[in-house]
Amino acid sequence: MSTTRSAAEATNGAPLLDVRDVTKRFGGLVAVDSVSFSVDAGHIKAIIGPNGAGKSTLFNLISGFYPLTSGSMSFDGEEIAGLPMHAIARRGVARTFQTTSLFSHLTVLDNAMMGYRMHTKSALFDVLLRTPRTRREERESRERAFEALRFAGIEPFADRVAGSIPQEAQKRLAIAVAVASDPRLVLLDEPVAGVTSEETDAHAELIRTMARRGHTICLVEHKMNLVMGLADSIVVLHHGRKIAEGTPAQVSADPAVIEAYLGAASHA
Amino acid sequence: MRRAFWIAAALVAVGVPLLHPNSYVLDVIAKAYITAIAVYGLNVILGYTGLLNLGHAAFFAIGAYGVALLEKNAGWPFWPALLAGCLGSVVLGFFVGIISLRTRGNYFAIFTAAIGVMISIVLTNADKITGGNVGIVAIPPPPNIGPVSFADDIPKYYLVLAILVFAVAVCALVRNSLVGRTFVAIADNEDLARATGVDVPRTKLVAFMLSTFLAGLAGGVYAAYVGFLGPDQSGLDVTFQQLLFLVVGGIGTISGPLLGTLLLEGVSQWLQGVQQYRFIIFGPLLVVLVIFFPHGIAGGLARLQRRIAPRGPTPSARTANAPEAAAS
Repeated sequence: MSTTRSAAEATNGAPLLDVRDVTKRFGGLVAVDSVSFSVDAGHIKAIIGPNGAGKSTLFNLISGFYPLTSGSMSFDGEEIAGLPMHAIARRGVARTFQTTSLFSHLTVLDNAMMGYRMHTKSALFDVLLRTPRTRREERESRERAFEALRFAGIEPFADRVAGSIPQEAQKRLAIAVAVASDPRLVLLDEPVAGVTSEETDAHAELIRTMARRGHTICLVEHKMNLVMGLADSIVVLHHGRKIAEGTPAQVSADPAVIEAYLGAASHA
Repeated sequence: MRRAFWIAAALVAVGVPLLHPNSYVLDVIAKAYITAIAVYGLNVILGYTGLLNLGHAAFFAIGAYGVALLEKNAGWPFWPALLAGCLGSVVLGFFVGIISLRTRGNYFAIFTAAIGVMISIVLTNADKITGGNVGIVAIPPPPNIGPVSFADDIPKYYLVLAILVFAVAVCALVRNSLVGRTFVAIADNEDLARATGVDVPRTKLVAFMLSTFLAGLAGGVYAAYVGFLGPDQSGLDVTFQQLLFLVVGGIGTISGPLLGTLLLEGVSQWLQGVQQYRFIIFGPLLVVLVIFFPHGIAGGLARLQRRIAPRGPTPSARTANAPEAAAS
């Protein structure tokens, strides 16, 4: 596929995303406390932890949705901390949201076209004068959008209003919107929350395919079986701190991780 | 179906002066067209982008006063004056936009309402320039084109119609474009728009300037069409009236602004005998509409069309129009 790229050549061996001592305070609450980790190009990184561990907040920091309190983040060797969300997105960081977030009144196709919008330059005057550029970009957006919908397996829904398609298809659409932008890094915030177990397997396969296409993946997920089978490495957060990092096998044997999870389970 | 609607509308609009050469009726319709241009502007910012600009009438007034003053005091011909009036409205839109668009939701509405009131007060009180409450009279009509004089009713009607067609074309082009989709996407889900790389403040500013352009255009045409102008055209009540037309016609749709304006201006004429009580009728009408036709007349028609022809247009044709159908 045209979007597949060699992970090593893209970053010269340095990590694609490097998060250093990132902290986020909300008033007196330290939601993310001096967390450092890195994501290598072409890998699937999972971030796990009990509820309230700061996983989603960490995603919101990386994508620029919240400003950092302190710390630094570099993407492809460039500092991205402090950039507005759209600027980070344009550098190649796509994300999905925990509660499936779509343009719910737009069609499925238009949703995917919005995913590709950052690669088009059509401004108001192009549109009013119907310049060749805007015609070309519209055609191109449509093609890329259809490609993303096919990839996510929801092409038959193209003409439907996004809010009216089944839940599981909506989750796939959120992924299609992210993929349509041809991102280097995709942040997936609980991609299979509320999805049945058969559908979870299908989603896992979709995520694997994304990685094979050259999208580096970083995901937050609660379903341990999905994470264990999917991730190359795992970061474990607890109360905003990183308590472990390693391969799925290493992490699941880590006493601190077991303690955090059992502790959390007994409160649940 | 959609094409048939517009062709029928165009035939009726072109045919009206021939069928009904009553100058009073023609004047009412032409004025409704001018108002509709302003309502199209409101639709761009509210219907597409989801921002309620309560100072919309003030931008109409900037265009109107721009044309009136440039024609009367500086001796400019109509067309350059119209261009300058629109530009004035857009430049003001730029400065108001960069400040007000930092706010969200209700705060944006309150801020723009305040701007509208301020402009109204300035227009009323700067009487050395604007003529204060008396306003400006004897604004010259557009210059003749060959033998056609725009002092006459029928050419004036067609001129206004042509400018309305221009405004509708602009809105239709924008709505179905990458830029228009971005406006609608922001209204739908601003956070996701940011996550897909949309520079939201900048895009909102573009939408805002386009809407103030249409307001200024309507105002400039109004000044030259009517020939006199007062500060009452800039008030909050004018904005609310336009908002009513938009809601009744169908917010976010292409045909809604025109349908709503024509219908309600028509009903207003019909109720002229009870002028000050017309809101007693408008009020319940609005309530009924919001309950049964949340997307206005245009939305109601679209629903009717779907009921008559459930598997209507071809899928490929639907793709371009689907967002509008979804919004209507």
